[in-house]
Amino acid sequence: MADNEIKLSVADRRAVCWRHQFLQGSWNYERMQNGGWCYAMIPAIKALYKTKEEQSAALKRHLEFYNTHPYVSAPVIGVTLALEEERANGAAVEDQAIQGVKVGMMGPLAGVGDPVFWFTVRPILGALGASMAMGGSIIGPILFFVLWNVIRLAFLWYTQEFGYSVGTSIAKDLSGGLLGKITEGASILGMFIIGALVQRWVSISFTPIVSTVTQAEGAYIDWSSLPGGAEGIKSALEQYSALGPTGLNVEKVTTLQGNLDQLIPGLAAVCLTLLCCKLLKKNVSPIGFM
Amino acid sequence: MNPVSILLVIVVAFFAGMEGILDEWQFHQPLVACTLIGLVTGHPTEGIILGGSLQMIALGWANVGAAVAPDAALASVASAIIMVKGLGDGSANVQTAISTAIALAVPLSVAGLFLTMLCRTIAIPMVHFMDAAAEEGNFRGVELWQMLAIGLQGIRIAIPAAMLCMIPAEAVTTMLKLMPAWLSGGMAVGGGMVAAVGYAMVINMMATPEVWPFFALGFVLAAINQLTLIALGVLGVSIALIYLGLKDLAKQGGGAGGGSGDPLGDILNDY
Repeated sequence: MADNEIKLSVADRRAVCWRHQFLQGSWNYERMQNGGWCYAMIPAIKALYKTKEEQSAALKRHLEFYNTHPYVSAPVIGVTLALEEERANGAAVEDQAIQGVKVGMMGPLAGVGDPVFWFTVRPILGALGASMAMGGSIIGPILFFVLWNVIRLAFLWYTQEFGYSVGTSIAKDLSGGLLGKITEGASILGMFIIGALVQRWVSISFTPIVSTVTQAEGAYIDWSSLPGGAEGIKSALEQYSALGPTGLNVEKVTTLQGNLDQLIPGLAAVCLTLLCCKLLKKNVSPIGFM
Repeated sequence: MNPVSILLVIVVAFFAGMEGILDEWQFHQPLVACTLIGLVTGHPTEGIILGGSLQMIALGWANVGAAVAPDAALASVASAIIMVKGLGDGSANVQTAISTAIALAVPLSVAGLFLTMLCRTIAIPMVHFMDAAAEEGNFRGVELWQMLAIGLQGIRIAIPAAMLCMIPAEAVTTMLKLMPAWLSGGMAVGGGMVAAVGYAMVINMMATPEVWPFFALGFVLAAINQLTLIALGVLGVSIALIYLGLKDLAKQGGGAGGGSGDPLGDILNDY
């Protein structure tokens, strides 16, 4: 009886996608994103189940523990919609199957979403916008806001549709090779980018002066014997380009930071980050520690 | 500040607070929040500059798993209001107003962190009310509690913002002047260090012995200043693709032949 089959319309799926943006709204320490998930499923539950008992059971089913990255949750909700649709049409889809798909997908997908969105796309767009904004240009914030939301909305809708269209088969496929590969690729990209960010953006500088050496004559610019006027500026600049920054003063000052930078730039930053890793593993809060 | 500005600031703060938990539209990111507060208070350029500077500090702040990162929402909203106050009565020039606001952002972000934890705890009884509504098949009940929970997160930032607006400008500026230079300097240094915590959280989640070399690669390559972030992104994606491709190839080589892929194994098997 194909005519009697209940289908989720595009409008229903759009409504779910829109509500899915509020996934983390009732984030709590007990069941994390469960409230937001249930809230997102409501349009589908209304469309699929007509009796009070079925609706109540469906609501309770979707108030179970759930937590993942808020964007990569979209394919999970897509698959869940397909499963609920089959169930409403009389297929034997157990509660455990729906729960299993949610839990099975949320863990690995969170491992993809965090490095890709929080530590690659957002820092790149953020740094791009921020560098423009620091010059006082309104283009910076606008660029960040528009690009980010276009990427985000497109991702939310198309991956949800993808999940819905492949339905149950996605769960089988993801537990196989594809998701493993995506996760691995994302961790490689993530670790690479974080390595770079630690070097660029964790700033520590050690100012202690290691040594002060009086330089030999000719290794610095003799300011008192320069010719006057423009000729003097020209001569000073010529000497500067030959001698480098140490030529400005008679004394050559070496700081601890300078020495560390010669060894490897950002060494202190990476040591601090690794220390934080250790502390976090031992459940010590590094923020309190600082 | 006139009443209209204050009202608009509170609206911006409410959105920033909601986004601080939802993490969708990014109203809580300094680049967006500071710009909006600058716009509604008539200091757009200063707001944009402050937003850009804070964004650079906050690039690595993210909520990962159940952990809570330093709170970008309170940091950007409150420091923008403080900057506007400093500019408003003309007691501070643009440069000092912006740099004091930046120095205050880090302690504010830690304060915001505690407020977030508080909200996430209050949300527990709220989902219990949702359970009760679900028991009766009451859709409106579930929706209502979800809305209230989001609203709570908005109020988390809107109330401190309103309080900051109400305090007279002189009080804020004298308080700022009382702050010794070493303290604001120390706070700025702390800001650079807080970023390390965010990175450490993700490293702990992703790190396996297999991917550590890529961390080292990224770290060393970043020292080349000509490489922009986009270039580093391209490098990272390429390295990941090449590595996965080669690994696949190696697997096929080993798997396809079974015995014949491994000459030594063949000899041992035949022996």
